[in-house]
Amino acid sequence: MDQFLQHVLNGVVLGGTYALLGIGLTLIFGIMRVVNFTHGELYAFGAYLTYLFVALLHLDFFLSIALAALAGFLLGALIELVLLRPLGNADTDTVMLVMIGAWIAMQNAEQFVWGGVAKLVPSPFPQDPLIIGPVSVLPLRLFVLAATLVLLVAFYLLIDRTRLGTAMRATFQDRDTAALMGVDVRAVYTLTFALGSALAAIAGALLGPMFLVNPTMGNLVGLKAFAIVILGGLGNIAGATIGGFVLALVEEFGAGYLSSEYRDALGFLVIIAVLALRPQGFFALKGRIG
Amino acid sequence: MSGRIGGALLLVAMATLPLWMGDLYVLAILTSTGIFIIAAISLNLLLGFTGQLSLGHAAFFGIGAYTSALLSLGFDVDIGLADPVVVAPKPVWIAFLGAVVVSGLFGWLIGKLAFRVRGAYFVIVTISFAEVMRMVALNWVDLTEGPMALNNIPPLSLWWPGRGVITLATKAQAYWLVLTVGALCYLLVASVVRSRIGRALVALRENEPLARSVGVRVTHYLVVATVVSAAIAGAAGGLYAHCVRIVDPDVFLFIYTVTMVIMVVSGGKGTLAGPVVGGLIFGLLPQALRGTAPPEVQWIVYGIGIILIVFFLPRGIVPAFAGLARLRMPRALRPSAGVGS
Amino acid sequence: MSAPDADSAAALEVRDLAVHIGGLVALAGISFQVPVGAIVSLIGPNGAGKTTAFNVITGFMQPTRGQVVFRGRDLARLTPDRIAALGLVRTFQRTSLFAGCSVFDNVLTALHLRGRVGLLGALLRLPSLRREEAGLRAATREILDFVGLAGRADETAGNLAYGEQRLLGLAIALAAEPTLLLLDEPAAGLNPSETESFKQLVRRVRERGTTVLLVEHDMQMVMSISDEVLVLNQGSIIAAGPPAAVQRDAEVIRAYLGTGKRAAA
Repeated sequence: MDQFLQHVLNGVVLGGTYALLGIGLTLIFGIMRVVNFTHGELYAFGAYLTYLFVALLHLDFFLSIALAALAGFLLGALIELVLLRPLGNADTDTVMLVMIGAWIAMQNAEQFVWGGVAKLVPSPFPQDPLIIGPVSVLPLRLFVLAATLVLLVAFYLLIDRTRLGTAMRATFQDRDTAALMGVDVRAVYTLTFALGSALAAIAGALLGPMFLVNPTMGNLVGLKAFAIVILGGLGNIAGATIGGFVLALVEEFGAGYLSSEYRDALGFLVIIAVLALRPQGFFALKGRIG
Repeated sequence: MSGRIGGALLLVAMATLPLWMGDLYVLAILTSTGIFIIAAISLNLLLGFTGQLSLGHAAFFGIGAYTSALLSLGFDVDIGLADPVVVAPKPVWIAFLGAVVVSGLFGWLIGKLAFRVRGAYFVIVTISFAEVMRMVALNWVDLTEGPMALNNIPPLSLWWPGRGVITLATKAQAYWLVLTVGALCYLLVASVVRSRIGRALVALRENEPLARSVGVRVTHYLVVATVVSAAIAGAAGGLYAHCVRIVDPDVFLFIYTVTMVIMVVSGGKGTLAGPVVGGLIFGLLPQALRGTAPPEVQWIVYGIGIILIVFFLPRGIVPAFAGLARLRMPRALRPSAGVGS
Repeated sequence: MSAPDADSAAALEVRDLAVHIGGLVALAGISFQVPVGAIVSLIGPNGAGKTTAFNVITGFMQPTRGQVVFRGRDLARLTPDRIAALGLVRTFQRTSLFAGCSVFDNVLTALHLRGRVGLLGALLRLPSLRREEAGLRAATREILDFVGLAGRADETAGNLAYGEQRLLGLAIALAAEPTLLLLDEPAAGLNPSETESFKQLVRRVRERGTTVLLVEHDMQMVMSISDEVLVLNQGSIIAAGPPAAVQRDAEVIRAYLGTGKRAAA
């Protein structure tokens, strides 16, 4: 039973960040129909920047995370403006190839700048785990859990209560009608991509200190983000949230009870299974964004 | 016609290369480039002609490589039955055929799946498929030796009438075999593309509802495209296994699929010459640039290169130059007998 | 173009066909017959359910209820390609072509059903393949001559003028050797002389033994070539009969103030 609760806790901690990742991607994939291969790289970018700020520039830990998120937002906006906007209404292949090119360039740039050796991001939290009843948890992980929950709530409020959120939802439902009603669709696209990228960067910034930071960390994570999006249904934020937690729990329990080696494969098997059995995702009926 | 003559001349030139090229290293590079060109030709059938965004092609390549390697080395594996499954080593040419068949089989599976899962979702599924294969190769150590790789794979051998089995041990012989298989695969794909089957595939790419309304069965032709494409990729993988003679799970890496995609798209997807041109460029370029800049910088250049090609030469190099030079290039559906106009 | 076989029971029978989409009733349970060798027109205001009926008959959509029987065969749950293989072929309301291919290749591709050679034959380049290809090319020239596009054979389909594209759409459908041809607003966007040419073509198609069912807004065209006219309004058939009778039907006049000028393309 202790083992079980421990897995649940680990899964929930991881799930929060997976949820942020998934939401970021489902926004981009759902509103813009872009297969965003750079999503994993933004995650790595967030992690590397946190490393830069904390380990090399010795800035405050929490400030660093915030800065990393901001940088992710700006980088996302840049990518959209320079690469995606000029493509206009090009077909999926074309957009995909551009994203692949950007992904290759970004990942190798990261490798070139930082080298292949994994980096450790120091955190200000004590290293001893807290014992809470039958489970133990590192204070860092508690922080991550708290941070992700706060961010999720903030994000929901953004989508639900703000004008930007409404514009995004309208664009998702019907781009042309939204445009006719005065929504600046191009601006929505840029902000969507920037926001999604910021979420990926925050996820990287939060998980960086928990694991090591290396140039290829984005690859696996990027694909897992797609698994989450497919599980939850395209453009479905609630679905992506639940999907993030589900995937993390599946990984935790799979690794714990079945085989730790195939842990990462579980995400992909989920993708294939869901798409083969129920292509619209499990939560498609719950409606779209928001 | 000039396209065909040009192609034939090129083939002859390539065939005579080992006779005057003394540098074995260059020969080896050309051989491995040739293997990748074969893989690119197979991807072009699926991606270029049928319009299916399959981004897991390294999976078929890797399955071919592992199958050929395992069959030629022999293996025993415990799959939970009373006794372990034991397979004795097979002659290389049988192992090679096995690679083609097994890859084709997986192609059949993916083809069946493709019908249910379209567009961007299919992209994700195919990428995941390759990743799952990589993890299986990495973790099923009993069968694949995992990261320790399959070593000492026997070199290519050929059954020649009158002389029995001859081993192709020299670089030149390997080169000729790859060139022959490559030319064969090119001709096979050309035959398919110029037939009623090829027209059905292009119809699916251009306008699926219209294709259906004139009787083109979608699932059937998607499966045909993926099976042929996977089988040829498996052949490329088999050649790889016996030329390089080591196979490890890295053969499933996404970066290899991406390389093939770059070759096809930059050369010109949906053209027969495209993957050859793209393959030569992106197969030889890394070697030419070797030493001038660290590999990461080269890849950054490739990444930017893809973006530039997409923006400025969206249909690829071959169509762009054909347009420039007003060549009559062998495009998929051009009627060879002119219609009076 | 080969004539249909002697057993040309090309009757189409629609029985109580209903389509509910969401909460909307697109078709409310319609029934009608198309006799062999006839030209029947389906008319009605926009949104009356005409294209829905076409989509259901040709397998692009499943009905909520009812039957479609073609040459004595129930078409339930058959896919569009199967239905086309049986001899029921349609055109599309918005021009549908293989835009990147030449006019010649569009029709050659559409002759798909006439070919027999499969993958093995293609790979081995058997002589039967060459013979078949030659036959298909000849058939392509014949069809292009029939619709009048022979002079444009090498042109890329996407570059054709609108009227020529509609002719190509017809050629594509004819290549699939229909015994029953469904034309979805064939005259949409055509100028009067193009419409007149198209009318003649439809008559010649019928003369070669193909039954025609068309959806159309151009009243002049409908009334002059149809043997029978069916009027659809809000998912139901409100009148059926020869053109003259339908034109005078009070309910039709009330529901649908078409006066002989066709609706905007």
